[in-house]
Amino acid sequence: MSSYILEAKNIVKNYGSYRALNNVSLQVPKGSIYGLLGPNGAGKTSLIRIINQITMPDSGQVILDGEPLQPKHVQYIGYMPEERGLYKTMKVGEQALYLAQLKGMDKAEAKKQLHYWFERLNIEGWWDKKIQELSKGMAQKVQFVVTVLHQPKLLIFDEPFSGFDPVNANLIKDEILALKEKGASIIFSTHRMESVEELCDHIALIHLSNKVLEGNLLDIKRSFKSNTFEVGIETNQAEALKQLLITQNYVVQEADFKTIHNDYKLLVQLQQHTANDLLQLLIANGQVTHFLEKIPSANDIFIQTVSKKS
Amino acid sequence: MSVLSTIIQREFLAKVKNKSFIVMTFLSPLLFVAIMGVVAFVASIKGDQKQIAIHDASGIFEKEFESDKQTKFYYFKNEPLEVLKDSVQSEFYDGLLYIPVEDDLNKVAEKVQYISNDSPNLDFVLDLEDIIAEKITKENYLKNGIDTKAIDSLKVNVSAKLSKSTGEDGLKGINEIKTFIGFGFGYLIMMFIIIYGNMVMRSVIEEKTNRIIEIIISSVKPFQLMMGKIIGTSFAGLLQFLVWVILGGVLYGVLGAMLGTTSTAEQMMQQPEAMEAASKFNFEIVKQYIEELNIVSLVLYFLVYFIGGYFLYCSFYAAIGAAVDNETDSQQFLLPIMLPLILGIYIGFATVINDPHGTIATVFSIVPLTSPIVMLMRIPFGVPWWQIALSIVLLYGFFIFVVWVAAKIYRVGILMYGKKPTWGELLKWMKY
Repeated sequence: MSSYILEAKNIVKNYGSYRALNNVSLQVPKGSIYGLLGPNGAGKTSLIRIINQITMPDSGQVILDGEPLQPKHVQYIGYMPEERGLYKTMKVGEQALYLAQLKGMDKAEAKKQLHYWFERLNIEGWWDKKIQELSKGMAQKVQFVVTVLHQPKLLIFDEPFSGFDPVNANLIKDEILALKEKGASIIFSTHRMESVEELCDHIALIHLSNKVLEGNLLDIKRSFKSNTFEVGIETNQAEALKQLLITQNYVVQEADFKTIHNDYKLLVQLQQHTANDLLQLLIANGQVTHFLEKIPSANDIFIQTVSKKS
Repeated sequence: MSVLSTIIQREFLAKVKNKSFIVMTFLSPLLFVAIMGVVAFVASIKGDQKQIAIHDASGIFEKEFESDKQTKFYYFKNEPLEVLKDSVQSEFYDGLLYIPVEDDLNKVAEKVQYISNDSPNLDFVLDLEDIIAEKITKENYLKNGIDTKAIDSLKVNVSAKLSKSTGEDGLKGINEIKTFIGFGFGYLIMMFIIIYGNMVMRSVIEEKTNRIIEIIISSVKPFQLMMGKIIGTSFAGLLQFLVWVILGGVLYGVLGAMLGTTSTAEQMMQQPEAMEAASKFNFEIVKQYIEELNIVSLVLYFLVYFIGGYFLYCSFYAAIGAAVDNETDSQQFLLPIMLPLILGIYIGFATVINDPHGTIATVFSIVPLTSPIVMLMRIPFGVPWWQIALSIVLLYGFFIFVVWVAAKIYRVGILMYGKKPTWGELLKWMKY
């Protein structure tokens, strides 16, 4: 058994003379929520379509749960594309059953699952409604059910929260976390960093058709952090303290962040010292009111990497 | 249940449950029969009886003009011409036939006049001319001592018995029936392709604009979806056609019983021979016709060409639906597809009727895009087996090629949004 639910190896995809994916390799650990990040047009959707066997790569290989990708694997994957839609004039229940059957599900089993999900999301009464009679938010719930109905091992959400109202977005987020608890692996494609921060434990960053970054989100954050601390201190010798820090080989910069105190605010970057060294020095020179390590957000990492490469 | 049959089922049900489809299915035969009824009714209305004055001072033609339901003749010998002209002008008479008096009857023929306020019906004038011409001819015979009764009795009617070089007896009117069947089949194929091809195209566009397409093709191959759509739609189409035929037949029968039967019965009473002929119209003759027409093989050929032609064109329609975002954009791509269909029908009417085995008819019955229509029109007239074989092989070969091309365009096109592709782009998609 592989410890990865999905591995992509050296995927190349060209559209005419345009190279959409250039030797992209990914490893999605089992049971993870994996963020596939990148600016618009980076190649995320191309990669997702290859994983879903909608298009074939020009070269390279995709391994799903230890096996090279093949047609029968569609039933192990649940995909919610960014461009969402359902048959407008078809009844909700019939539609969901049809899509589940296309995923290779038995009709009776699909019906059972469907009732379970409809009950869970409180939409039991919608079975005989047509999509055109539902509001956009309601339709999105149905869309979500259709994606997860066949109990896929791997769920792929392309921009899952775009278009959802906050209530539904929260609901869907909770459901995604619940699915993860049950052992599903999830790939998120998004450029909305706050949801990445909240949900993902692994990320990959795709930029200009290349993968530029991949790994555990915390590891990446650690590697991106600059050992910089926000310092707030109440002292009547602010200038002297700043000079002292500089002579002790700290990189110091006056800063402006919000605290409730009328304190002197600095950004201090450690060189050879530890955080404790800095703290001791500060304590000796005043009343420390604020001390916080600056951890790069996913957004910072994203912007930093993207602007560096381009 | 396989994925393909699941798709076929859905496509079939989606079409059949559609309200406008249901309305069309039941309304079309009603409309059709209603239009037929109106046409028949209008045709059966007889115009007012025409009042025609005839001025013939010579009196030679007195007994020649017989009044009937359509026309009443008033014969005048002595009234002044001017008075009659005035009464035509005042619309007392619809027309005035003026036959002048001449020593030489042949001169009368040149000087006959018909006077009316509006321009007269050409047939009616021709009838009048015939009557006068016949009378003058008869008079000429008499003048030259020729016995007109002898001439009448010497007239012969020829009715050739048709037979083939193989020695079989031919049947009267069989060519007309053949033409009718061939054209019926050809026309049916064209109508079916246009109606249901469009339906396939609309359904592809619908999936594209609904954005459900990406979900579906993450589960099934685009090719399966395309074929399922075409097959499912054709089942719905066959069902609709069946309803049309049955409902149309029943309605036609009912309408016929209400309007037609009395007059036919009347006619039969008047014509004992017709009654006799009708009673002779028995199973033997029907069987003879069926054998001569080879109905079974005709129907088989129809199915072969129907399936080949329908799938060929529907693949085009599906590919076009995939390439565009809305129906308006599809027109540019539809034209080249409609052309061979229309061409087929025109070639059929223009050449097959007169010369079923001429070069043009032969060529177009072998070329794949027109063969389903033109060959079906030709087959009742007897086509060498190798031509049929060649055209079927070409049709199905081309069909596979087109499905392959269409599937490629379809696969790429369904995921392309927002812009109308050019022909060049369609070509490029095949390399993706």
